[in-house]
Amino acid sequence: MSDTLVKVEGAGVRGAGRWLVENIDLSVRPGEIVTLIGPNGSGKSTTAKLVTGVLRPDRGRVTRRPGLTIGYVPQKLAIDWTLPLTVKRLMTLTAAHAPRAIAGALASVGIAHLADAPVQGLSGGEFQRALLARAMLRRPDLLVLDEPVQGVDFSGEVALYELIRTIRDETGCGILMISHDLHVVMAATDTVVCLNGHVCCTGSPQSVVQSPEYLKLFGPRAAQTLAIYRHDHDHTHLPDGRVADGHGHHHHDHDHHHHAHHHEGAGHAR
Amino acid sequence: MLGDFFSRALVAGIGVALVAGPLGCFIVWRRMAYFGDTMAHSALLGVAFALLLDLPVAGGVFAIAALVALLLLLLERGNRISTDALLGILSHSTLAIGLVIVALMHWVRIDLNAFLFGDILAVSVPDIALVYGGGALILALLVWQWRPLLAATVNAELAEAEGLNPGRARLLLMLLMALVIAIAMKLVGVLLITSLLIIPAATARRLALTPERMALYAAGIGGLAVVGGLNGSLAFDTPSGPSIVVAALVLFLASLIVPQRRDIRAAPTPTETGRP
Repeated sequence: MSDTLVKVEGAGVRGAGRWLVENIDLSVRPGEIVTLIGPNGSGKSTTAKLVTGVLRPDRGRVTRRPGLTIGYVPQKLAIDWTLPLTVKRLMTLTAAHAPRAIAGALASVGIAHLADAPVQGLSGGEFQRALLARAMLRRPDLLVLDEPVQGVDFSGEVALYELIRTIRDETGCGILMISHDLHVVMAATDTVVCLNGHVCCTGSPQSVVQSPEYLKLFGPRAAQTLAIYRHDHDHTHLPDGRVADGHGHHHHDHDHHHHAHHHEGAGHAR
Repeated sequence: MLGDFFSRALVAGIGVALVAGPLGCFIVWRRMAYFGDTMAHSALLGVAFALLLDLPVAGGVFAIAALVALLLLLLERGNRISTDALLGILSHSTLAIGLVIVALMHWVRIDLNAFLFGDILAVSVPDIALVYGGGALILALLVWQWRPLLAATVNAELAEAEGLNPGRARLLLMLLMALVIAIAMKLVGVLLITSLLIIPAATARRLALTPERMALYAAGIGGLAVVGGLNGSLAFDTPSGPSIVVAALVLFLASLIVPQRRDIRAAPTPTETGRP
């Protein structure tokens, strides 16, 4: 397909005398959300680095659309205390942006009030939102998100997935996302790529769950618990995390029963 | 103004401090203090080579410090011994080889103390020209490459994924360090150079909210330390290089008393407060 943002074909990466990943095939088109899942050490981050160009394939090839702009949210970003950095300054880390654009990006991820806060003092969810805003400011064609909901509690996780979907809907960018949790894949995902050193199976979330390779890798129980987050539009999350229903009432007790149906065993009682 | 030795020392010292502060911030942020120390110690080997080959001392120091940095990068890639141990080996062996070579050169009489601890009161007008010329070059390169340098410091992978070149940033930083060591050696000596890089930067941290502010404050604090140290050295008849370092330390200790600027965030957002 000519408008494909990035295409990985039969790619392999060697490291420390063995293949870290082999025979990776995947592609991301504009507006498509592709989620990588797989056990620890299955090569999810390595695959993401192939896509961003941080790693070059030792075999096969990776083709990026000419002039492709990538926005990246790395997996572990620990900012040393010795480096003073406000949220606002983080926004212009790799490129300059107008103050109005920065204010707009922070507002769109719901952390406009934290513009002057030092990044070291942010909670996990606030920091991930700041990183998303930073990546969005580049107006990327392709967003690569390495475990974007790590360190975020359950309600924050749901809100972040919703935000990622909104970003895709509003900008039309392609998204490659690594899921931190094997069993949770957001419903907006178009394609799931299941990795275990190689691509085990690829397809829609529903088809992957039923594939024999997935069952072999994760066992039959996993098939039952692959929770596909479906957002029921009976309420919305306000930027500060409160829940508003369709009539504008605020619930202060975070009643998430309808989510619990989809996330068996995901304890979030308060 | 440059007529007496004390004014020359002040002008040269402030020139070095203005450059060492911002560069020192990167050394603090990237945890390269020991790395800087190793390069500085190798400067004595550079002095020995320069004397042996009858080359300008600053040129010899720059070349050897840069070579040691590259050697370290290569050895690190081999990955057999920890970086920490490698630094210890390089740091002390280059210093020792330098001392041995200098001792073997019976035909040159040099004041070893001046190279080890500095001799700022003996700076000449050409020395000042070197400090300001080299310093201007370092600051210009820092400003020019500021964004890639900072982005690579925060996260090399992120910088690379978004089209910057963290490898080049790292190499540039090493060359700048070699250059600052070459121009600062005469003032505070190879054993004390890293203190001028690190102490003002560490002092500035508690006062700054952005990296740029920290770099500016570090330059100013370094300048204050030079003024304070040189005046102290005049008043108490103490060695000038160590007096500057002591003045920098006093400023650092004073900064610990200044209350940390409050986190100016609003009330915590309810989204993230209730962790299960």
